[in-house]
Amino acid sequence: MTDIQAGTEAAAAAASTSAQVPAIELDGVVKEYVAHGEVVQAVKGVTLTITEGEFFSLLGPSGCGKTTTMRMIAGFEDPSRGTVRLHGQDVTDVPPNKRDVNMVFQSYALFPHMNVWENVAFGLRRKKIGEAEIKRRVGEMLEIVALTGREKRRPREMSGGQQQRVALARALVNKPRALLLDEPLGALDLKLRQAMQIELKRIQREVGITFVYVTHDQSEALTMSDRIAVMNDGLVEQLASPREIYESPSTAFVAGFIGTSNLLSGTVDRIVSGSAVLRLGQEGRVLVAGDGFQVADPVAVTVRPEKITISTEEPTGDLSVVPGIVSEVVYLGLYNSYAVSLADGAEVTVFQQNALDSTSTAERGDAVWLSWQPRHSYAIGS
Amino acid sequence: MKRLAPYLLILPGGLWLAIFLVVPMVFMASVSTQEGDVVNGFVQTFNFSVYGDALVQYRTQFLRSAGYGLVATVVSIALAYPMAYWIAFKGGPRKSTYLLLVLLPFFVSFVLRTVSWKFLLADDGMLLSPLKSIGLVPGDFHVLQTTAAVIGGLVYNYLPFMILPIYVALERVDPRVVEAAQDLYAARREAFTKVVLPLSLPGVFAGVLMTFVPMTADYVNAGILGGPENTMIGNIIQTEYLVNNDYPTAAALSFTLMAAMLVGIFAYAKALGTENVLEAAAR
Repeated sequence: MTDIQAGTEAAAAAASTSAQVPAIELDGVVKEYVAHGEVVQAVKGVTLTITEGEFFSLLGPSGCGKTTTMRMIAGFEDPSRGTVRLHGQDVTDVPPNKRDVNMVFQSYALFPHMNVWENVAFGLRRKKIGEAEIKRRVGEMLEIVALTGREKRRPREMSGGQQQRVALARALVNKPRALLLDEPLGALDLKLRQAMQIELKRIQREVGITFVYVTHDQSEALTMSDRIAVMNDGLVEQLASPREIYESPSTAFVAGFIGTSNLLSGTVDRIVSGSAVLRLGQEGRVLVAGDGFQVADPVAVTVRPEKITISTEEPTGDLSVVPGIVSEVVYLGLYNSYAVSLADGAEVTVFQQNALDSTSTAERGDAVWLSWQPRHSYAIGS
Repeated sequence: MKRLAPYLLILPGGLWLAIFLVVPMVFMASVSTQEGDVVNGFVQTFNFSVYGDALVQYRTQFLRSAGYGLVATVVSIALAYPMAYWIAFKGGPRKSTYLLLVLLPFFVSFVLRTVSWKFLLADDGMLLSPLKSIGLVPGDFHVLQTTAAVIGGLVYNYLPFMILPIYVALERVDPRVVEAAQDLYAARREAFTKVVLPLSLPGVFAGVLMTFVPMTADYVNAGILGGPENTMIGNIIQTEYLVNNDYPTAAALSFTLMAAMLVGIFAYAKALGTENVLEAAAR
């Protein structure tokens, strides 16, 4: 019995006795490099748990450490400190060929000297699976990725989308405990990328394998993931569901990186049961939920452009209200984008849907009132 | 004019080859079937029997040349592959320095390098006389005038032509493809035999073409480092032409050598062609 099989069966046994065993655990993982005589930390201490069958994304700008984190899960990088566990087993010092995870590389990294069939069969051959079983599983997998009939093609004779599916099949055919995908759609054009997002999600549901997805594309992460870890500068800034990350970003970085967000700063004016009223300039007041506010504290809050209503009359009711002057109107078809300058010089972006009954037809230079529900703004830690 | 442009590009090179390669070849072909001697002149008699006679007479040297060429090629691959591999994958930012070191011997004349080997390895030369005086090797031990010396010289002189194409092929191997193999359960050894080696075979193939042909036809190494027992076909051609002035025999030997090598190379290409090798390696 090979080490791989031993590992798989031990993990399978562990999983069956307790459904609680997470697929992947990172515990205080740090990766340091020495570059030009200086120690550089690519990953500065990441601790996270990925559950079985989850579609998990590592999202962040380039250089944030997301790819390094994934490569440590795959075994291509050794962590400087910390532990990597797959299904409860410490694999920190286990080489990549003995880890039961497979990877889809950014540029696919297909074997150029092998045809589609041989590419897909590569992992099974290394695992010394019987020829009949290989035939069955490769055939089945090629059907799932819709490449049946193209077995004899060489990678260079295929389109980007087809190569992408070969890479996916080559990894999935091994039935890994987790599939790691490193910006797999980066090289495809927009239309194909959107189609592949849906395709990936379908395949993930079909095979029921844990997917760890590295991307810098926030819409991709929001579309597909069950949970997202937003990374910046070697650290996880926020780990939550796509909705939570979009609706209530916990840091200014997350708010700015995911979608468009307005960042407003004010001071606490008074405290009312479980929330604070902030003062912005002379007439602006923003309600924000949360404890621990003190009167006269400076507080930063975020609000999404599509949550704001623009009106020429001062709105009434329990709303956050801020006055401003329209400095720019951009017609975008589906919606209008307004830039509104506040008294303190800050600029707020507002999206108004282009509905039939749209009453707000503010023009450039108009004095307007911006208002939104208190639950749509969040205090941000720095 | 525009349509003629591509032809104009090949015109200088084409003319060069036509004048300095094709014309002498036709001339030599004609000489090979002439009869006569250098004093009374040669007359065209379409005497094709010279080919059979020459082949029978110098059969030993033909076979010896092929054998030396083959052994030297195999030794060259064994030496060149690890070197090219190391430069391509472990050379880091100094790759071009190492390549320059490989090419450095080319800055010294081919003949001069071989002659300096003769000085180094002579029976009472720099290497052997100290070894003999301390009794490490017997007094009648010699390196020159042996098969090993000739093959050693051949390998030494043509090694860069093996290293460079292998290096180029290895350099083009995407490191991520090697990682993909490891990710798909291949141990380091398997990642090499199943991925790196097959992808570098076109380089080995080119290296063999670039070294086997000139090594087999070489006469400098056998002439300088070898003895009477190491005469290669190149030496015979040289002697027939320059010493015996038997131009028809020299020309016939040259053409026989060329034909044999073309046949050999085509057979080699067909048997070990890139596609075939890659198909086999993918299993």
